[in-house]
Amino acid sequence: MSTVTVTLKKQPELYFEADLITPDQFAGKSAEEIGAVEISEGKIKYPLSTVATIGGAPGVTAAETMIVLNGDWSRVKRIGQQMTAGEIVINSNTDMYTGGWMKGGKITVNGDVDSFTGIAMAGGELMVNGKAENHVGCAYRGDWRGMTGGVLRVTGSAGNDIGTFMRGGTIIIEGDVFIHVLTHGEGGTIIIKGNVEGRVGGQAVKGAVYVFGTIKYMMPGYKYVDNVEAEIDGEKAVFAHYIGDLGERHPTSKNQIVFANLYLKK
Amino acid sequence: MSEVIKNVACPYCGACCDDLVVTVENGKILEVQNACVIGTEIYHHASREGRVGSPRMRQPDGTYKDITYDEAIDYTARMLIKAKKPLIYGFGSTNCEGQAAAGRVAEEAGAVLDNCASICHGSSFLAIFDTGYPSCTLGEVKNRADVVIYWGSNAAHAHPRHMSRYGVFPRGFFTNKGHRGRKVITVDPRYTDTARCSDIFLQVKQGHDYDLFDAFRMVMRGYVDDVPEIVAGIPKEKILEVCDIIKMGRYVHIFFGMGLCHSDGRNHNVDIAINLVRDINEITKCTIMAMRGHYNIAGPGVVWSWQFGFPYCIDLSKGSHAHMNPGETSSVDLANRGEVDAFINIGTDAGAHFPIRSFEKLGSRVPMVTIDPSVNMAATVSDVHIPVAIVGVETGGICYRMDNVPIQYRAVVPPYNGILTDEELFNRILNRMLELKTEGIECDGKWEYAKPLPSLIPVKIEPEA
Ligand code: SF4
Repeated sequence: MSTVTVTLKKQPELYFEADLITPDQFAGKSAEEIGAVEISEGKIKYPLSTVATIGGAPGVTAAETMIVLNGDWSRVKRIGQQMTAGEIVINSNTDMYTGGWMKGGKITVNGDVDSFTGIAMAGGELMVNGKAENHVGCAYRGDWRGMTGGVLRVTGSAGNDIGTFMRGGTIIIEGDVFIHVLTHGEGGTIIIKGNVEGRVGGQAVKGAVYVFGTIKYMMPGYKYVDNVEAEIDGEKAVFAHYIGDLGERHPTSKNQIVFANLYLKK
Repeated sequence: MSEVIKNVACPYCGACCDDLVVTVENGKILEVQNACVIGTEIYHHASREGRVGSPRMRQPDGTYKDITYDEAIDYTARMLIKAKKPLIYGFGSTNCEGQAAAGRVAEEAGAVLDNCASICHGSSFLAIFDTGYPSCTLGEVKNRADVVIYWGSNAAHAHPRHMSRYGVFPRGFFTNKGHRGRKVITVDPRYTDTARCSDIFLQVKQGHDYDLFDAFRMVMRGYVDDVPEIVAGIPKEKILEVCDIIKMGRYVHIFFGMGLCHSDGRNHNVDIAINLVRDINEITKCTIMAMRGHYNIAGPGVVWSWQFGFPYCIDLSKGSHAHMNPGETSSVDLANRGEVDAFINIGTDAGAHFPIRSFEKLGSRVPMVTIDPSVNMAATVSDVHIPVAIVGVETGGICYRMDNVPIQYRAVVPPYNGILTDEELFNRILNRMLELKTEGIECDGKWEYAKPLPSLIPVKIEPEA
């Protein structure tokens, strides 16, 4: 794998949008061509070379390209948007939409991320070594197809709307979460290692949520069925198993109603 | 000679009462009949002393100096071109013609175009995107509804004539017994005056409407036995009693307000309400409607959806496409995050309605223009204040009522001091922008504008952690 290192030198007055910083865009380009990749701030578009220094060289394909981002990227949105392969390592906080709509490859953020991280993610691996804000792995507004694949892990806490309209893939939040986990879920798995304030699995049709901590306010539409023992994310435990949301429509499969499942560590 | 003008529509709240009778003489309003007290006030406001009759610019010493419309328009046009990401926000209190003209300006400026829904029923839009909007007109409520629910909405104060014209008291085609034939249910954490007029009041625990909706949906879907004994502070038997009333109703209607949009979960509180309506429609007829606040706050949603495909929070800065994602492109978030570098406050008062910290960030950091007939809080800290004619009093136009029915508004007196309408003003700003662009003025993120005065920062800004 060949590595391109981009070090941000100039801070925006507003925010930068860097949806073109992906291995897909960098692959096969010369240093000059990478320098000409556009980064925008409101109406103005700058060549990347005017705001950052660029070193190293990309691989021939996205899969062979790794991008390392140094400097302060906390006011930069959309890093790694729609990437399909390769790797990005961000040694900084980032702003919104990090790894949004990503289909493959790997992003590691060594810092905190803002909202809409991994929005409508379809594949790949998104690792946040820090905390996240709201709408982690959620759907875009009005889209009933949220996250469909991939693994999204946040080592810190997150806000609300985790995996809204989720259909596949896995989200792991190692810290606490506020409200709305797997709301409108149609599949996928969410693992919360910390505590949740409430609204877990509200209006969920299918999918699974594991909560290792506590849920302060349980949705009325969840019904206890049994205890199960399972190994989740490398941790073996006994969980109280609930089904729901009884207030939502549910499909039938082999004459059985399929519910969303909520597992709360005992 | 006084003149009596009938069928005048009221430019105050979203109920858009169109049965007002206004008596005028020599361009002055003498009397307003049929309007409620807040509606009456807007007419008398037009003839009151102290109206601003000319655009004004703030001077370095904090005082205002009258300038010409040409100067004010030039300042605004330059600011819009030069700023990297200007924000144009407001529009609850202007007509659709003004909103459409502003849309054209925003597109030319590459601005973010947003309306008061952003801090009001915007979350209802998000819910509607997700789940649809099984709604109706207010006429249908009046003529058909025998079960009316006010959820998180205090109509008695916010829309004073709503209950008498549509929701509770009127006699309609199938509802000829008036309020005696209607069951009215209010759901609110507070015992409001609307609750006082209701047959049943459910005192929901603040912030737990979502849970209560879930319980209602469980009952509608036949999971009665699994409903917990108390949900959101409401005992199960009360929930079942209300569900029975709903099921027995011939036509059920839910009006919802800020109680859902302004508590945690916001859009989800509304989308679960809409899904409850869907469930009830398996049993009987049911519709739902947002209690829109201003008389034409439904307007920009209609006009801009037609112009840009989105009702609010429209980021046009890319030039190539419109982008909308509240949380990012919503005015308060843009202000909080320091993501805009120029601000136009039009037909609303961001100074009064925004969280103080967000408004401070705008007021103390970016050039600001307020376009409003009156001296509101935003106008007092703006670099330029441009007065315009009051819609529904000094100029007419189309306004959309809360049920998205367009109402033709009319002028009852001429504009004070010959001031422009919003539409004329925005058209002239657009023309000036086109002129400036041919002169070579372009976006460079640099402008010269009156520096904000430290004494005008209303609250001390705490150092950022
Ligand atoms: S209820 Fe609303 S529209 Fe009707 S008169 Fe009062 S303020 Fe005007």
